Amino acid sequence: MRVRIDPRAEQQFFRALLWLLTGVTIFILFFIIFYVLKKGLPVVSLEFLTKNPVEMGKAGGIFSTILGTGALTLLAILIASPLGIGSAIYLTEYTRENWVTRVIRFGSECLAGIPSIIFGLFGFIFFVVKLGLGWSLLSGGLTLAFMILPTIIRTSEEAIRSVPYCYREVSFSLGGTRWQTVTRVVLPSALPGIATGIMLGIGRSIGETAAVIFTAGSSLHIPTSLFSSSRTMSVHFYILAREGISMSKAYGTAAVLIVAILAINIVAYTLMNRFMRKYC
Amino acid sequence: MSRPLQQKGLCFLSLLLLVFFGFQVGCGRGSAERGLVVAGSTSVQPFADHWAERYMLEHPDRVVNVQGGGSSAGIQAARERAADIGMSSRELRPEEKDLLEVVVAWDGLAVIIHPQNRIEELSLDQVRNIFVGNITSWAPVGGPGRHITVVTREEGSGTRGAFQEMVMKTDRISRGAIVQDSNGTVREIVASDPQSVGYISLGLVNDTVKAIRIDGVEPSFENIEQKKYQLIRPFLFVTNGPPSAAARDFISFVLSRSTQEVVRQDGLIPVFEDRRKQRS
Amino acid sequence: MTRLERNEKLIRVALLLVAFSAVSILLVITVFIFGEGTPIMFKYGLKKFLFGLDWYPLEKSYGLLPMIIGSLFVTSGALVIGVPLGLACAIVLTEFSSKSLRRILKPVIELLAGIPSVVYGFMGVVILVPFIRDHLGGPGLSVLAASIILGIMILPTIISISIDSLEAVPRSYREGSIALGATRWQTTRMVMFPAAKTGIIASIILGMGRAIGETMAVIMVAGNAAIIPRSFLDPVRTLTSNIALEMGYAAGEHREALFATGVILFVIIMVLNTIANLTSKRNAP
Repeated sequence: MRVRIDPRAEQQFFRALLWLLTGVTIFILFFIIFYVLKKGLPVVSLEFLTKNPVEMGKAGGIFSTILGTGALTLLAILIASPLGIGSAIYLTEYTRENWVTRVIRFGSECLAGIPSIIFGLFGFIFFVVKLGLGWSLLSGGLTLAFMILPTIIRTSEEAIRSVPYCYREVSFSLGGTRWQTVTRVVLPSALPGIATGIMLGIGRSIGETAAVIFTAGSSLHIPTSLFSSSRTMSVHFYILAREGISMSKAYGTAAVLIVAILAINIVAYTLMNRFMRKYC
Repeated sequence: MSRPLQQKGLCFLSLLLLVFFGFQVGCGRGSAERGLVVAGSTSVQPFADHWAERYMLEHPDRVVNVQGGGSSAGIQAARERAADIGMSSRELRPEEKDLLEVVVAWDGLAVIIHPQNRIEELSLDQVRNIFVGNITSWAPVGGPGRHITVVTREEGSGTRGAFQEMVMKTDRISRGAIVQDSNGTVREIVASDPQSVGYISLGLVNDTVKAIRIDGVEPSFENIEQKKYQLIRPFLFVTNGPPSAAARDFISFVLSRSTQEVVRQDGLIPVFEDRRKQRS
Repeated sequence: MTRLERNEKLIRVALLLVAFSAVSILLVITVFIFGEGTPIMFKYGLKKFLFGLDWYPLEKSYGLLPMIIGSLFVTSGALVIGVPLGLACAIVLTEFSSKSLRRILKPVIELLAGIPSVVYGFMGVVILVPFIRDHLGGPGLSVLAASIILGIMILPTIISISIDSLEAVPRSYREGSIALGATRWQTTRMVMFPAAKTGIIASIILGMGRAIGETMAVIMVAGNAAIIPRSFLDPVRTLTSNIALEMGYAAGEHREALFATGVILFVIIMVLNTIANLTSKRNAP
């Protein structure tokens, strides 16, 4: 005989279970942020942000690492965004859908999912050793750019393809050229999606550790040229925390990292909201 | 293709060649800009960092970048000229002897346990058997009957190489041992796990861990100087061929009397004191 | 040709070059990794490489099986923890709570995806590992620790994409089901969930990909012993940790062996992506 469970009771049970699991999830996720901020924010001061690390990070601030992080991320985005968005535009607007575009799409999907350590291995052997660039911002920036390029291509392509074809039809029927259509109709509509891809790329670049250690090195000096080695905040946090050099400074670095990521996300979110309200 | 397109194609091709050319020229100049690159042993790294700091205070126009990676990585980097000087904390192997080496300091190797562990000393044989995996509990060697957690360095580590040479001899370190990638992390683990045992550079032992006596001899600098404590290894600066002018300058700075005084204060054994192991 | 037409042609060529460069970059990476890695797989013997138990590169022994199993255990563990928690969260936020709550929480959860993995790993070392060691036994650095940390790390991915998928299901489905007298849970279980299945599976596969590829956090909490773990309290080494620990000093054959590991990871990701593509095509509504 089949047991009949009262649907209401079943709902009560599962509702309670799901809320419990959700509570646990939210608790864990928020706990991590609050723990790091609680331990780290007291350490953060104007001095902390503007002074260089001294004694391998035991004293001083994290200024050179902030510069390193900024420089590396900027370099990666500057290289990967034009390449990624440009090729996405070409592949969707200027060519027909055939096996080549399908292969490229599959390839960039795969490469977007490859573990970053493999990019680190590639970057180390290719840029640092074979091309002789050494541990430098250039090696690190190129490696990170290669790493986020597939993601930017993929998200840009998704965003551009999801623009309804009728938009383009209207533009063509009004006499617009292909490029005019792309810049004045397609891209503005696809911008939120493209921006998401770039945000993902920025997030990944800032948080990347292993690939960066092996390509940009871990020097604590302020980087003066593309060929200088530099340490990023993630790398600094890793070294400080793991070697027990200074727990307080480690938490401080992590707090700055989290706040920076928070700030970038909030800025991007509000910009996108404002943009979408204007155009949609 | 129509003629204008061919012309455009040629234009772009020549642009690419120009960029590539500029790259090559820039690379040459770049090595001067990125300063002296010293890479390798994580044992030597904190001390090399300190020496580099003092060197750059004395010569504000020079830059010395210290990277980690492990002794084998440093030797490899020196060979491939990714680094000007490779740092090693173990003797060079026969196949590495084609590289030039300079001893810049001596360091003791300490076997460490948790401060709350009752054991005060072990024999070299007991240490070897623990690391091979023949002894798996603390009981046979005088401790509580708990399972021993063996912590070792990664295979490319000079510290591990020195440990292998002096303690393990021909036996392999157990495959089940925990592997960590620097002295600092080994120390952190041993400091928090009461059942653990590991080995680190004597110069990095602090009061979070206990360095045990080996065959009755306390690991101290006096005992090393009096040739009683046997586990010592050289800190080497390795170059591929004669060192460049910048490298030679830094090396002679490190070998100078004043820096060697700092070497002793930092917890290592200075070079000029040791008469037993003379190097040509 | 008018000036407009000439500009259009120029732009087309410029974009072609850009696309060409981007694609050649993708090709260079792929060719380089496969080029460096595949020769040694066949020289050493594919079976010995994949199923050998001994990873002792200094003695020319390249058996990857302990690391393959390590990655497998740790990823499965991460899914066991991440999927139930993540899906529960997604279901609650879309079906059982108010829209405003969802509008606040979803971006915050997505934000958590941007936290560097080393921070998660460090939390693991400082809080989780001692807890496991003191209350469950073993060295604390274990499969369990790695699974938990990875499970937490993939939560934002699973939650965010699952919420998107559930939100994309037409309202008529839900309304029709309620109109027929079903409770909200019955609706969720029998209507919404199956309808959103494609996206949810995609989120799980994406989470799996992230778990397989994570390196730093795993190095910090897994113990990195190159043996097959016999319990989830034993230390373990994954394929990615193996690469990270040794790539600094690997030379010659050893270096090629690490690239070969990269090839294996590449193939795994390709398989996962193909599965994701196939399921999405088959279940397209």
